[in-house]
Amino acid sequence: MSYPLIFERSRPGRRGLRLVKETPEATRYIPEKFLRKDPPRLPEVDELTLVRHYTGLSRRQVGVDTTFYPLGSCTMKYNPKLHEEAARLFADLHPYQDPSTAQGALELMWELGEYLKALTGMDAITLEPAAGAHGELTGILIIRAYHQDRGEGKTRRLVLVPDSAHGSNPATASMAGYQVKEVPSGPDGEVDLEALKRELGPHVAAIMLTNPNTLGLFERRILEISRLAKEAGVQLYYDGANLNAVMGWARPGDMGFDVVHLNLHKTFTVPHGGGGPGSGPVGVKAHLAPYLPVPTVERGEEGFYLNFDLPKSIGRVRSFHGNFLALVRAWAYIRTLGLPGLKKAAALSVLNARYLKELLKAKGYRVPYDGPCMHEFVAQPPQGFRALDLAKGLLELGFHPPTVYFPLIVKEALMVEPTETESKETLEAFAEALGELLKKPKEWLEHAPYSTPVRRLDELLANKHPRLTYFDEG
Amino acid sequence: MDYTPHTEEEIQAMLERVGAGSLEDLYRHLPKEVLNPEISLPEPLPEWAVLEELKRLAGKNKPAFKAFLGGGVRGHHTPPVVQALASRGEFLTAYTPYQPEVSQGVLQATFEYQTMIAELTGLEVANASMYDGATALAEGVLLALRETGRMEVWVSQGVHPEYRQVLLTYLEAVGASLRTLPLEGGRTPAVEVPEGVGAVVAQNPNFLGALEDLAPLAEAAHRAGALLVAVADPLSLGVLKPPGAYGADIAVGDGQTLGLPMGFGGPHFGYLATKKAFVRQMPGRLVSETVDAEGKRGYILTLQAREQYIRRAKAKSNITTNAQLTALMGAMYLAALGPEGLKEVALSGVAMAHRLWELLLEIPGVEPFTPKPFFNEFVLRLPKEPQTVREALAARGFHAATPVPKEYGENLALFAATELHREEDLLALQAAMREVLA
Repeated sequence: MSYPLIFERSRPGRRGLRLVKETPEATRYIPEKFLRKDPPRLPEVDELTLVRHYTGLSRRQVGVDTTFYPLGSCTMKYNPKLHEEAARLFADLHPYQDPSTAQGALELMWELGEYLKALTGMDAITLEPAAGAHGELTGILIIRAYHQDRGEGKTRRLVLVPDSAHGSNPATASMAGYQVKEVPSGPDGEVDLEALKRELGPHVAAIMLTNPNTLGLFERRILEISRLAKEAGVQLYYDGANLNAVMGWARPGDMGFDVVHLNLHKTFTVPHGGGGPGSGPVGVKAHLAPYLPVPTVERGEEGFYLNFDLPKSIGRVRSFHGNFLALVRAWAYIRTLGLPGLKKAAALSVLNARYLKELLKAKGYRVPYDGPCMHEFVAQPPQGFRALDLAKGLLELGFHPPTVYFPLIVKEALMVEPTETESKETLEAFAEALGELLKKPKEWLEHAPYSTPVRRLDELLANKHPRLTYFDEG
Repeated sequence: MDYTPHTEEEIQAMLERVGAGSLEDLYRHLPKEVLNPEISLPEPLPEWAVLEELKRLAGKNKPAFKAFLGGGVRGHHTPPVVQALASRGEFLTAYTPYQPEVSQGVLQATFEYQTMIAELTGLEVANASMYDGATALAEGVLLALRETGRMEVWVSQGVHPEYRQVLLTYLEAVGASLRTLPLEGGRTPAVEVPEGVGAVVAQNPNFLGALEDLAPLAEAAHRAGALLVAVADPLSLGVLKPPGAYGADIAVGDGQTLGLPMGFGGPHFGYLATKKAFVRQMPGRLVSETVDAEGKRGYILTLQAREQYIRRAKAKSNITTNAQLTALMGAMYLAALGPEGLKEVALSGVAMAHRLWELLLEIPGVEPFTPKPFFNEFVLRLPKEPQTVREALAARGFHAATPVPKEYGENLALFAATELHREEDLLALQAAMREVLA
């Protein structure tokens, strides 16, 4: 039987919360022509029905709290419970209250900015972007403003992106009005330096890289890449999605990157919430500081304040002060771990990945770019197995699968990121499961999973005849 | 402390298996020039001490729960039932539902959310959410430009100034032009829209709180082949005519007013709704109903060809992470209240705001600015600089009188009231204002 929709639990006249003692007549204040004629068809349920509905839905959902979730490049680490209490302490602040009444919040923002600058090796920061890709857009617009300011806005029209990059990189560059050119990876899985050299020139605005890259490999020639970029007047952009592997051990700023975005929901344990909200602060080197979005948080003689006085700013990228309650959680994480804890977390994320990689190789999986991996690696099943079927098989065995079919340069890719918060026995159980799947009959794999709330879903039907709301008759 | 489970023995065993002598060894292939930089961070603290430190910082703030502040964020009651359900670990710690078989919870909840937003706005489809109201507006306008193939945008000055700033940032990036229509008497003037304009943008209730009849603007936009993008507070749509009913093609807004904590400005969520005909130009995630291998009803992300991980540089938007959890809270709030409850909360704010308006206008030197009818926010002209008034009120324990940007006029301040206020709260603010303005 299908799980009912909240609309199907609705009964006309059934009531949940009453938040108001008495309701005035609308027309006393608002003329008829502004009023809606038909009430919205919202559900009418009592509170217990509401609780059962959403509790039931939560039981049809897995998260890090319930299941190993080794989704590559997403850093699904444990989200400490402390952070939820921390966020509640700041829930009742209004962004427009007088700054003298929000000094603690501004101080926290300023401090977090200092911590993130220290961890990335950058000189200035904005906490405003609401997600990683939003940070990317902010960073690329900062680069664009810089080139324009130097009179090179019209000539530098191209952004270089490795073929292994996250899809958001080319999409971001394109949203910022740039053309995008892919740079191939070499046989070792790192950026092909000769190919990069051929593309570099006065027509290039930026190179977007993540390091370690999406194959989980550290770009060992990064200092050479940043030297070449600098010589060509090209700005080097760091996609922070994979920072977890090197946090505390190496900094994008020292590698020669000019701009860095961070994913606080990945590296700094803010929960992903089923797809957000996230938070994507952007750090820059001093030469790019004048272009940061307004406002920045500053410390003055009379306390902390919001600085709107940046004449060369790219403008605003989001309303108010960004996803502040995400910043509180990241602050709590950094203060709990300190530098030794952050370094240990990074190193154990690497150790977990390398250990799991060895276990999987022993089970018959291949690793096409088998360099010293960092926090993640990309494996391939033996000939004849489809990554998708293995993913669905894993669901049946109680694990969330790795990222599949990414990066695009590896066929049948399984991109595995265990993170540091998983135990040795969890990794071993996962490897056992992946090993077991190779012994299952083809037929079984092709039709897995069996005991999940629903079986494989018809994606084609959803694409051809999308039904996007309950009242949509198609 | 940290959150890793490894014992020293396990670390040693694992290091041995991967052929490393120590944790440092895992990094030995990095260029030595960048390895182990000096980083200055505070010493790690035990959990209780972190909490104590956070409480110290929180103690330096004066919570604005019963504030009279508006401007896109307002203090509303967050029902504990919503907070409790949204805090469930399965919702909190999940990722984008790429594996639908084990993500039916988030997927179905999103499908229900999409339905509720479509209902509220009077439009056919809504996406799974945007970052906030401002980015929803920017993406909504980009959608209109893709749909019309035009590069010119007209925006009413009645649209929240910060939303317009974000819109400008996004439009400059793609090389589109933006023209602002100044308000006349606190409302968007009736204008003729020329060919070449792809999107006309207005807000109702507008930034000053005034209600606007946007039907003539929608007609003018459509005559020119442009689309009307309406910004609307979703709570207001429990009572007010929905954007779809006055001809808007795209509706956007911020969901904070649906019972979300103010959180010093975030996270909230942005909503974006439009017509089904435009769905292939839509940014962001979309959930569709479908069936599984046994014919059972289920939900799945759909039309992914619009998205960056399929189309890369040709995607409709770069948005990946949106605001799923906060959107879920908005949906839970709507379901908890139902159509009647939503209407009651909205109207209670309207009544309180009108009472506050009367009381504040009794103070000598205070003049009305927002034209009637207004919703639950309004602007007054003060006899003093609003910045100093806000400070003086803050010193007396009141959060009120948001200074309104000078583009709207001199000495203007914004006030709001909600279902949280009682008559005595309004009287207390009136007394404080009398003192401050005396």
